[in-house]
Amino acid sequence: MIPEIGEFALIIAFFLSVVLALVPMYGASTANDMWMSYAKPLAMGQFLFVIISFVCLGYAFSQDDFSVVYVAQHSNSQMPIQFKLSAIWGGHEGSLLLWALILTGWTFAVSRFSKALPLDMLARVLSVMGIVATGFISFLLITSSPFARYLPRFPADGADLNPLLQDFGLIVHPPMLYMGYVGFSVAFAFAIAALLSGRMDAAWARWARPWTNIAWAFLGMGITLGSWWAYYELGWGGWWFWDPVENASLMPWLVGTALVHSLAATEKRGVFKSWTLLLAIFAFSLSLLGTFLVRSGVLTSVHAFASDPERGFFILMLLAVTMGGSLTLYALKAPNVKSESSFSWLSREVLLLVNNVFLTVMAITVLLGTLYPLLIDALGQGKISVGPPYFNAVFVPIMCTMALAMGVSIAVRWRETTLQSVLNKLWKPAVLSILIGLGFPFIYGNGFDARVFLGISVGLWIISTVGTEFIGKFRNTQSITNRLRQLPLSYYGMMVAHVGVAVTAIGITLVTSYSEERDMSMHKGDTVEIAGYQFTFQGTHVVKGANYMADQATIEVVEDGQPVATLRPEKRRYNVKNAMMTEADIDASLFRDLYVALGEPLEQGAWAVRMHYKPYVRWLWLGGILMALGGLLTVADKRYRQSSPNQEATHA
Amino acid sequence: MLLSSFLLSAAIDVYKFDDPEKEKRFHQLAFELRCPKCQNQNIADSNAEIAQDLRTKIYQMLNADKNDNEIVDYMVERYGDFVLYEPRVKPQTYLLWYGPGLFLLLGLVVVVLIIRSRKKAYNDTHNHEPSLSNSEAKALDALLKTKQGKKQ
Repeated sequence: MIPEIGEFALIIAFFLSVVLALVPMYGASTANDMWMSYAKPLAMGQFLFVIISFVCLGYAFSQDDFSVVYVAQHSNSQMPIQFKLSAIWGGHEGSLLLWALILTGWTFAVSRFSKALPLDMLARVLSVMGIVATGFISFLLITSSPFARYLPRFPADGADLNPLLQDFGLIVHPPMLYMGYVGFSVAFAFAIAALLSGRMDAAWARWARPWTNIAWAFLGMGITLGSWWAYYELGWGGWWFWDPVENASLMPWLVGTALVHSLAATEKRGVFKSWTLLLAIFAFSLSLLGTFLVRSGVLTSVHAFASDPERGFFILMLLAVTMGGSLTLYALKAPNVKSESSFSWLSREVLLLVNNVFLTVMAITVLLGTLYPLLIDALGQGKISVGPPYFNAVFVPIMCTMALAMGVSIAVRWRETTLQSVLNKLWKPAVLSILIGLGFPFIYGNGFDARVFLGISVGLWIISTVGTEFIGKFRNTQSITNRLRQLPLSYYGMMVAHVGVAVTAIGITLVTSYSEERDMSMHKGDTVEIAGYQFTFQGTHVVKGANYMADQATIEVVEDGQPVATLRPEKRRYNVKNAMMTEADIDASLFRDLYVALGEPLEQGAWAVRMHYKPYVRWLWLGGILMALGGLLTVADKRYRQSSPNQEATHA
Repeated sequence: MLLSSFLLSAAIDVYKFDDPEKEKRFHQLAFELRCPKCQNQNIADSNAEIAQDLRTKIYQMLNADKNDNEIVDYMVERYGDFVLYEPRVKPQTYLLWYGPGLFLLLGLVVVVLIIRSRKKAYNDTHNHEPSLSNSEAKALDALLKTKQGKKQ
């Protein structure tokens, strides 16, 4: 009964989304206030019924209702409750339901927190989001209902969730990622509404900017969590593999980063309006493309848990309609956009444009590398692979150049700056970062290393330019605390995010250059030394988990005679599918990780053991957290809490 | 089902190297070669039988003092370009390898053109606009003052 209620609630949500897509939009184009005012209650109703549907699916999981196909395929009565619940998004249908939940949630949030928006703008924005919801909910209902039943004979127990996904990382990673993916639909909706209404002034950028920043921050956190999850869960100590599914999330993030910057320029200076609109369209289109790539299974990758051509076709159509429709609209309306101000060659506007070019080219490169094997195969040119060596070779030079531009952009003002003042600000950071970059590999490593020099210098360049600029803000003030308070939060957000980029860059450089790894056959009592740490294997014993049995090894780590950690990596066998899984154990700290994974038992009681020393690996996620934090700080800026300029004018 | 059991457990095996340089090359090669039968894994991480065989093959070839190119050529000869995560530069992959640089160049040229045309258009429109008359200037001043007063 409960699953049927879930299905029924979803059908009601579908009809509400259809009405939301049509009525307020029509009201906006005919200036009918009553029709426009339907937008808010419809947004709320749509959200409410998707929540009901979602809760019903959660109930089916918690009650082990294996007559529901989706539950039977992704759960098992032995699983702990938190994994039963997170299994809701462990497969295709439930992921889509989560997607719909987040989409209608964002729609509801926009309807609640946009008091400053003119009614017709709000109506159009919510209608556009209603169109997207119509597409997704119909996708769910037609091809991927999570409520389908095995009747009358249903299995006695479920097939279990993929053990890789029975982990804390899976509880949080997908919702974060989807908050980002789907969040870009808000920026998209604002862009379409601006195009439809013809009001492509700086105001739409001000409205869209906080939403875009939040979505971008979530997406960044989602990617960071995914990388961290892969690191500790997959057992090989890697943190990014340029897998198509990773790429699918990186593309919208890169374009989203460009959008965040371009929106800032549009809002503050009234420039790049049509480019910003285009980026908003592309950020969301790439989110959809990512969904298509992951869900259709066109790319066979580690993540393709579900693959079904019919579903792929549906998303492809959704993508075609979204992109085709919005780009046509853009082509018709965007040429009317006029810029409000001018700027000189050396100005922040130009550097932001350059930043946008770099980020866009990076996104295109990821797209090219991801789709190229498909393209070659489709053209009958054979099968090729594009993997980490390609992306590293192409990305590193682009990223380093962009990092240089980042440092310069901090020292450059809007409109116009003299070359002299820029040089005055930058020469000290430049000298400092080059010198430390040169010295670092001699002190930390065993001699010069071009990669380390480049990475450290680039990271320090960003940090020192941000620092110089920040200190410069205090030159003519008496009270430091007052000045600290005067600086807008969005300024702090910018600084934190840029430092985050530097922290990630330094982390990547050091962990790739100075990691050490040993794969050893170890008997009880054997000791191996890696990077000054002695790893002693103390044997294994059997432990029993809720739904698995495991061989657990005990490995003592000692440094200079002092015990550092006791690591307990496991080799698990999950009961239901007999799936083997490596559960690594990690001693983590800010400056280094010790990472141990247990392999196969060898002859005479020995075990294959893999031990890693990973310096500064935490920094790459720390940087990701800082970037997301920067995005959120900007949103907290008080100018987004003021009422709109229009309202100020009417009150005056 | 078979695939999933390959995926879940990390491949760890124990080769003894007399030379740390060889061990480094071993890891590098295993990292850059794709397992021919897995979904998307290099042969270093895959637990599939074929990946294990290929690792052993690399180990043997390294010990026979083959250089990296010979080992990679051997793999390509048997399994095709598919095993290379770093595709070779040839006519089919020109777009892949030279595309990003080309797009970057193109993007920067477009930026330069846009800025030039904008400056021109902006100067054209704004130079021809009549400046404010005295009364208009006063009205503007008054407006700006009331706005500022309200903000403080």
